[in-house]
Formats: sequence, C-alpha cells, structure tokens
Amino acid sequence: MNQLNFPLLTLIAFLPVLGAIFIMLMNKEEKTTIRWAALITTFVNFLFSLPLFFCFRDDTAEMQFVEKAVWIKDYGMSYSVGIDGISLLLILLTTFFAPICVVACWKDITDKVKEFMICLLLLETGMVGVFISLDLFLFYVFWEVVLIPMYLLIGVWGNPDRRIYAAIKFFLFTMFGSLLMLVAILFLYFYNHSVTGEYTFSLLKLYELGIPHYYQTWLFLAFFFAFAIKVPMFPFHTWLPDAHTEAPTVGSVLLAAVLLKMGTYGFLRFSMPLFPEASHNFVPLISILAIIGIIYGALVSMVQKDLKRLVAFSSVSHLGFVMLGLFALNMQGLQGGLIQMINHGLSTGALFLLVGMIYERRHTRMIADFGGLSKVMPVFATIFMIVTLSSIGLPGLNGFVGEFLILLGTFKSNVVYAVFAATGVIFAAVYMLWMFQRVMFGEVTHEENKNLKDLSLREVGVLIPVLILIFWIGLYPKTFLSKTETSIKHFLTEFNNKYEMSIQREGKILAENEGIEVSAKR
Amino acid sequence: MLDYVWLVPIFPVIGVLINGLLGHKLSKRLVGFVACSVIFFSFALSVLLFLSLLKLPPEARSFEKIVYTWIATGDFKTNIGFLVDPLSIVMMLVVSGVSFLIHVYSVGYMHDDEGFRRYFTYLNLFVFSMLVLVCSNNFLLMFVGWEGVGLCSYLLIGFWYQRKEPADAGKKAFVVNRIGDYGFLLGMMLIFVTFGTLNFYDVFQSAHHNFHVGNLTITAITLLLFVGATGKSAQIPLYTWLPDAMEGPTPVSALIHAATMVTAGVYMVVRCNVLFTLAPISLTVVAIVGVVTAVFTASIALTANDIKRVLAYSTISQLGYMFLACGVGAYAAGIFHLMTHAFFKALLFLGAGSVMHAMSGELDMRKMGALKSHMPRTYWTFLIATLAIAGIFPFAGFFSKDEILWNAFQQNTILWALGAGAALMTAFYMFRVVFMTFHGESRVDEEVKEHLHESPPVMTNPLIILAILSAVGGFVGIPIIKGANFFHDFLAPVTGGHAVESAKITLTNLAYASGGHASAAEAGHHSIGLEVLMMIVSLAIAGIGIGLAYYMYIKNPSAPKKLAQRFTLLYQLIFNRYFVDEIYDFLFVNPIKRGSTLLWQIFDAKFIDGMINGAGQIVKWSSVGLKRVQTGYVQNYALSILIGVGAIIVYFLYM
Repeated sequence: MNQLNFPLLTLIAFLPVLGAIFIMLMNKEEKTTIRWAALITTFVNFLFSLPLFFCFRDDTAEMQFVEKAVWIKDYGMSYSVGIDGISLLLILLTTFFAPICVVACWKDITDKVKEFMICLLLLETGMVGVFISLDLFLFYVFWEVVLIPMYLLIGVWGNPDRRIYAAIKFFLFTMFGSLLMLVAILFLYFYNHSVTGEYTFSLLKLYELGIPHYYQTWLFLAFFFAFAIKVPMFPFHTWLPDAHTEAPTVGSVLLAAVLLKMGTYGFLRFSMPLFPEASHNFVPLISILAIIGIIYGALVSMVQKDLKRLVAFSSVSHLGFVMLGLFALNMQGLQGGLIQMINHGLSTGALFLLVGMIYERRHTRMIADFGGLSKVMPVFATIFMIVTLSSIGLPGLNGFVGEFLILLGTFKSNVVYAVFAATGVIFAAVYMLWMFQRVMFGEVTHEENKNLKDLSLREVGVLIPVLILIFWIGLYPKTFLSKTETSIKHFLTEFNNKYEMSIQREGKILAENEGIEVSAKR
Repeated sequence: MLDYVWLVPIFPVIGVLINGLLGHKLSKRLVGFVACSVIFFSFALSVLLFLSLLKLPPEARSFEKIVYTWIATGDFKTNIGFLVDPLSIVMMLVVSGVSFLIHVYSVGYMHDDEGFRRYFTYLNLFVFSMLVLVCSNNFLLMFVGWEGVGLCSYLLIGFWYQRKEPADAGKKAFVVNRIGDYGFLLGMMLIFVTFGTLNFYDVFQSAHHNFHVGNLTITAITLLLFVGATGKSAQIPLYTWLPDAMEGPTPVSALIHAATMVTAGVYMVVRCNVLFTLAPISLTVVAIVGVVTAVFTASIALTANDIKRVLAYSTISQLGYMFLACGVGAYAAGIFHLMTHAFFKALLFLGAGSVMHAMSGELDMRKMGALKSHMPRTYWTFLIATLAIAGIFPFAGFFSKDEILWNAFQQNTILWALGAGAALMTAFYMFRVVFMTFHGESRVDEEVKEHLHESPPVMTNPLIILAILSAVGGFVGIPIIKGANFFHDFLAPVTGGHAVESAKITLTNLAYASGGHASAAEAGHHSIGLEVLMMIVSLAIAGIGIGLAYYMYIKNPSAPKKLAQRFTLLYQLIFNRYFVDEIYDFLFVNPIKRGSTLLWQIFDAKFIDGMINGAGQIVKWSSVGLKRVQTGYVQNYALSILIGVGAIIVYFLYM
C-alpha cells in the first residue's frame, strides 16, 4: 500500500474530526478542558505528521503514502490520497500551525470556546484534505469544507463591527471561484469519459489526458478564477484585507499561513499539469498580474493605518512573488515559489500572532495608537524585529532564500519581469520598517501603553517554534529544498513533455486542416 | 591554520549570543569584556592567518574553505564558503583591528547608557556581518554580509530610538541601501545567468578566459554591481543617508560609517576588478562618480557647523577618492586609501566623540573653541589624524592619497585636477574643524565649561593607537623606490601589478594578467622626476588649504562671515547641502506616498470593491423587483397563469 503500511494520511486528516466529536460531547462550561483537548489533538496530529517528513523518500517523484478506496464506484469517485514533494511541506505547515493556534487563542477566545475549537479542528481536516487529495471530487469536497469553518470563525468570533460583511465577502468571493472550478471539474470528467470511456475523477489518470488546446484555455480560466481568488492575485484580492482585519487572531493566522497556499498549490497540482499549453500561454498575463500584485500590495501596504490591514496587503505582495516564481517554469522559480509559500506562512503567520498579542492588550490595531513599545515590551519588540526582517527577505533568514530563488528563476526566463519584481524588495523594506518604527520607536505617547506587560511565557512559547524555522530555512534550507527537488524536477519534465506533445498535436491538426482545405480547393 | 578562517566571523556571533540572550543577567563590565574579547579573538586569528599566508609564495596565496552547501536547486548551487587571499586578509585585519579598538573605546563612551547591552550585541552583530562580507568566497554569501551590515547600521543609527531623528535616519539608511542592493541583486542574477555560478574564483576565471574587453554583458554586470556600491558606500546619487546616519552613537559613526561598512563598496569593486577591467565604460563611470562625489561633498563640508556632519561629508568625499582609484584601475591604491582612511577617520570620529563627551553632547563647532588645553590627548591625536587626511608628509594619508592622484594624473588630467581640488577643500575644512574646536577663543557655554575634562584612558588609549597607525601606517606603501611598496606587492596577486611573474593562471594572479595592461597607471611610463614633482604639488595644495583655514579662522575670524555675505546665493546653496534631500522628497518620496494613498482609496475601495458591491446591489435590486411577483395572493398567481396560457396560445397560433 505505501512505505509505512499504515493509513497515516487518513489519520492525520481525520484525527481532528475525532477530536471535534470528542469536544462536542463535552460540557461547554469546561473551557480549559476543551482547550486542552484541542491542544492535545492538534499536537498529537503534528507528531503523527512528522513521520511523513522523515520517511519521505526524496529520490522519487511518485506519490507516496498512497491510500486508495472506492467511494462511489458508478461515478468513478474514489477516496484516493497521497503526497509528493509539492504537498509534503504544506501539510507539515498545516499541522505545525494548528497547535500553535490553539495555544495562541488560549486567553483570546473566551466566548463559545467549544464551538470555536470544533471549527478550528474541522478547518484543519479540510486543509490537510485539500493537500492530500488525488481525486478531483474529493479535492473539491475538502476545498468546500474549508470554507465553512473559516466563514464561521470570521462571522462569529470576528470584530463585531464589520465581521458579517467580511465573512460574506470572503464566502462569496471564494464560492464564485469554486463554482467555476466545479463546472470545469465536471467537464473534465465527462470529457475523459468521451475519450477513454471511463468515468473517473482520479487526478493521476486525468493527467494523462491530452486535452485539446481550445478546451484547455477555458478550463484553465475556470480553475484560474478559483485559485487566483484564493491566492489572492491582483485584482481579486479585495476580500483579503477585510477578512484578515475582521477575523480573530488565529483565523488570520490560518488564513495567511495555510488557506492562501491552497490557491498557489492548486495552480501547481491542477492547473499547470492538467493544462500545460494553456498555462504556457497564460504566463505573460499571470506574471504581469503577479508583478502588479507585488508592487501594488507593497505601495498600498505602506499607507495603511491598521496593522492587520498592512500585513494583509503585504501578503498580496508576497503571494505575487510566489505566483511569479511558479510561472517562471524553471527549477529555481518553482522551488523558490514552493519554499516561499512556507516562508510566507511562517513570517506572516507570526506577524498576525504578534499583532494579535498586542491587540489583546490594547484592543486596537491602529498604528497611531502605539509608539515606543520597544521600551515597554523589549522581548516583543525583538521578536517582532526578527519576524519583520524575515518578511522583508533579509539574507540569513528564511524569506531571502525564497525571494532570491524566485527572482533568479524569473530572471532566467524573463529579465524584464525580474527587473520590475525586484523593486518589491525595496518597497518591502519601506513599508515594514516604517510600520516598525511607528509602533516600536519614539516616545511612549499614549498613557495606556506605559504599563503594557511584555510577552508571557505562553506567548513566547508560541513564537519560538516559528523563529527556529525562520532561522533554519534561512541558514540551512537544504533540509527542505532537498525534499521537494525531485518532485519539482519531475513536475517540470512532465510539464515540458506535455507541452511539446500538445504543440505537436496542434501542429498536426493544423497541417491536416490545411491539407483538407487544399484538397477541397482542388 | 587557514582551515580555521570560518572562525573569524564566528567569534563575534558568540558575543551576540552571550550578550543577546544572557546580557540582562550579566554586569556591564562582563558584557563589555565579552564583546571586546570576541573581537580580539577574531583579530588575533586574522593575524595568524596573515602570517601563514605570508609563508606561502605569492601566487599560492589563495585558500578556499567550504563549510557546507547553502542553497542548491537545479543547476544553481552556492556554498557557505570563505576565502583567504591578500585582499580579504587585509580587510579582515582592518575590520577586526579597528573594531576592537572601537569596542574598547565604546566601553567608556557608552558607560552610562542604559542600552549598554543592546549596544554591544548590535556592535558584535555588525562585526560578524562585516567579516562575512569580506571573507566570503561567493557573491551570495557576500550579499548576506552586505545586507547584514545594512541591518546593523539601521539598528545602530536608530539606537536612541526614542527620539524621532535617529529612528528616521536609521530607516532612511536602510531604504537607500536597499535601493543599492536592488542593483547588486540584479547584477548577481546576471552573473549567474552569464557564468552559471556565483563563486568568485569560477566567475573571474571564466570572465578572464571567455570575454573580451568591452563586452556588454560584463559592462551591465559591473554597472549593476556599482549601483550597489553607491548605496553602501554613499556615492552620488545615493549618498544622502550617510550625513543623517550621524544620529547614531559616535563610536558607531567611527566604526560603521567611516572605517568599515561604507568601504564595502570599494572592497566589492576591487574584489571584482577582473570584471571591471573588462568593462572600460564601467570604469569610467566609477571614476567620474567617485571624483564628482569627492568634490561635491567636500564643498558641503566647507560650511557645515556640526562637527560630525563635517566628518560625514568628508567620509563620503574620501570614499569618492577610493572609487576614483578603482576607476583609473589603481585598485591597490584604492584599498591602500581604504586602510589609511580607516585609521585616521576612525580616529577623527572618536576624537569628535571625546569632544562631545567633554561638552555634554554638544556638536556645534560655533559653541566650541580653545579646547586644546582642556583635552590635550584628544587634541594631539585629532591633529595627527587631520594632518593625515590633509595629506601631509609623512602621515598615512599622504601616501595613499598621493598614489591615487598620481594614478589619476597619468590617466586623465581633468580627473587629477578635480581630485586635487577636493584635496584642497579637504585640507581647508579639516583645519577649519581643528581651529574652530581646539584653537581661538572659547565660545563654550558657562555651564558646560565647568565640566570640561579629558576622557578616561579607556577612551584615549584607542585614540593613541590609532594616532600611531595614522602617523606611520603609510610606510607600508612607499612610492617610487622599487620594492618598497610592500602593500602594493602584497595585493598584486589580486589587484594586478608587477610583483607576480608566474604565468600559471590561478585566482591569485588572474587579475594580474587582465588588470596589468589595462591600467596605464600600473605600468609607470612616466619619469620619477614627474612623480616627485606631483608630490610636491600635492603638498603645496594641502599647504594652501591649511593656510586659508588659518587665515579665516585664526587670523581674521570675521572673514568667513564677509565671504558668506558676498556670495550669499552660493553660500546658501552649499549651506543647505544643495537641497538634494528636498529634491528627492519632491521627486520620489512624496509622489509615492500620495500615489499609494490614491491607489488604495480609489482603486481598491472604489473601483474593485465598487464593482463587487455593485454586482451585489444588482442582485439585490433584481430580487427586490422579483419579490413583488411573489405576493401570496391566489388571484395574482391565477392571473399570471392566465397570461402565460394566453401567451402560449398566441405563440402557437401565430408563429
């Protein structure tokens, strides 16, 4: 069955559901017990996910830890899961952040704790599910599963003023994309049947399908809307600042760290391998949108007055880098894009955690309400500094590795793109350091800030694991890059082969058509 | 021995970890001790490395130590690896040596500051980054140090972050540096795309073998790298951050913004001399930017009243000299001046710090005067440094500056004339500082006057050591006499020159082969007589500068005011630093800020969200309209059924 002879992926995906059921049976007044139950579930789940990393074979691009079971036979739906280098790190990122989130909201969430934890656990299942699915239908189910708990997190525990607006905006944006994707999935399903005579949603089988150019474009676009909204790419990004700003801290953390990656992952797992020719043709469009996103996100970020909104726009900029890297279509770009997904998760996740900590104390996120915090909260300031530096890609920390590889890959495929994208490096320094200065430096001007408590042991404990990874990836990225290398290499070869074949096929058809025309004239 | 090169940058990291993580539990004494001793270890190890390098024959003086593979994917691979060769060892010695002295000085200077521990943590971190920058064996690791020193500069300029100015200055420094780094980054990528590697040795060797002089790709690479250099080494157009950087503690100004970090650009250009030599256009750009910067900023220093600002503009101007040297192909002369400048400029800043220490933080020279008798050690050491920077024989600056001017003269008389003009101004404004600060009548406030005192030995001893170096440091590079220019000969394997005669191409003598003939400077066609004459001219120019300063600030103190009144417009222009900051604000900073707000408020909020909300509104309106149909009255439904039936009948009857 797989190298462990054990359904490890299923366990990781559904252990949170088990935990959620368990919590459902508990008395909702026993808040501490509920928190502990959630913590234990997520932490054990993290431990379970470690063997994925250590037993992962980085010498093959085959799917690993594969499990397959027939689900609805007549319709060709199967429960089929497995991972390769592309999904491995994202799953770990998910299981890594889940316990951190539980600890982070320990004191923050006091209302409806039980329901909150259930939502969180279901969300984890959905996220892991998205990254392990090898069946398009299963993938779509998980994709939608993620939507509901997140919607509730924002709508119920969010900021009372605008949470409903933000939640609905989030839901509608994503739903709009998902529906187009569903149509495309069904089309693929029936098209495959018309070609092979088999009804199947199996991704690996659909990979083999040579889809004609004409269909590819439309299918690519349908998937594109679903993923581009999720990423979010410019100009589909406007739901993100609202969702981030109104969501509770851990909602923002998971949204930034994992949910956005579902979009970029989608491109890698579905759009590009299924529709190589269309992907190729859309490179200019996507690259230009990505570059606009990088610069636009940075510029708009600069003038934000709300910390969370600032970080949200910086995400638009960072994800622009990721997309640019992926569509550079070479090793450095793809590897950089992949590692940058993780980096963005770590640094932006940590930034939202930090903003959450200060929000808990002051109940405001307005930059103008702070100033001089370095003096009052030195530990907070130090960690904030390190995370800021990671976010702006200081060499030696994680962000640089991704950013550099992406830019290098882009430079190789198109110098002009790289020249424009690299300006993001300058702007990032501007908006992040300016924000840091306004929050941390200067005199303490607000009376309320004078007696702020520095981070507690719990809060430092939440951040330390992230910091370790920030340094680890920065100084020794090989641990992670080597896991993904083979898969990406395979991805690239396959992509190029399929693209070549597709071109040849088109050429042949074109030639035949011409032949017909010529003979008709005769 | 050479195997241990990686320890050179690692020692300061130990200091960072001890003071950064445990500092709050240690006494100030111990913190200072730890910080100084780790730097001392780095220095001692550098000396040992230097000695073992000397034992090797010149063409074999290059050693690479790979520690581990850092980033590798596809055909891209970079190592954490270090390089010991004459150039890097000189830099290591200068950086760790001067750093050590400034660390010791800081123990006294920062003694009463509550950020003492933070200060030394940052300072050690800086030395680490700087050593990585000069020891690395590839561009990417160099970039780690390159950005690292930028970060430390940011942290240390903004050390007193509670005031607005230092925090602003720190941010400005980082951002302007990043603009330069943008060029460096692109240059690095172009190098990789062109050569398939970022390792110095491989790149230079391949460049040497496969590219001709004037190749456009190489020209592009070198120009991009030079953009990075203008940021880090504060050259036109990116110099504006350095004067503001004076908001940091004075020892920081001495270490980072005079002796070491700002010279990184010069080091980088010299390191890449193989590439630059292949790109005459870039060399011309380097020379012109260098000499124009030298003149331009020296002129600003003429009228500044803040002692540290004068020194800051002077630093920019002297860095311009170093680039001028590089631009005319006299790389060794550039590094020579880098070294002597590190000695005397660090000394000048530390002397200024000592003055500030005595004057309760006063920086305005108009409120000083006649300090000579109060602080003799500071005075004498400051004077030595001033003589050195003015280029008076036999102080260190004479040798290095003269070598640059001589090389410039051989290449282009205009370059020489501009350089000599800057030298004149340098001698003038430096002696203006000496006269205004230490001589003449005292203009010190009464309160401050009571506290005037010489600084403690922990501060003056580093001054004395630096004074000795500034006085005799030049003798390692004696001109004219064959074989007496040890410095030049030592660097020759990297920078090109006449010392190496081996035909074997290694990294070390690669430069010789390509660099030797490109610069007429190294060939020495002119007669010794002319060279001696030029020296005398240089000395005379310095003398005139000093004389003018003496006349205007001792003999006839009302002269400056009269002169300023007579040339009001020019004076105002210079006094306001040519309004460059204001122009930059007007052209770049403000439009970007305003434009971004517009983008956000108009494009994001109105346009995109407007479309989304508009779509929502349409759905809402149409449902409001459709709602009317669902009245709940049976007769209405019956009516609509009737209409429907009628419509169908009409359709079938008439269509």
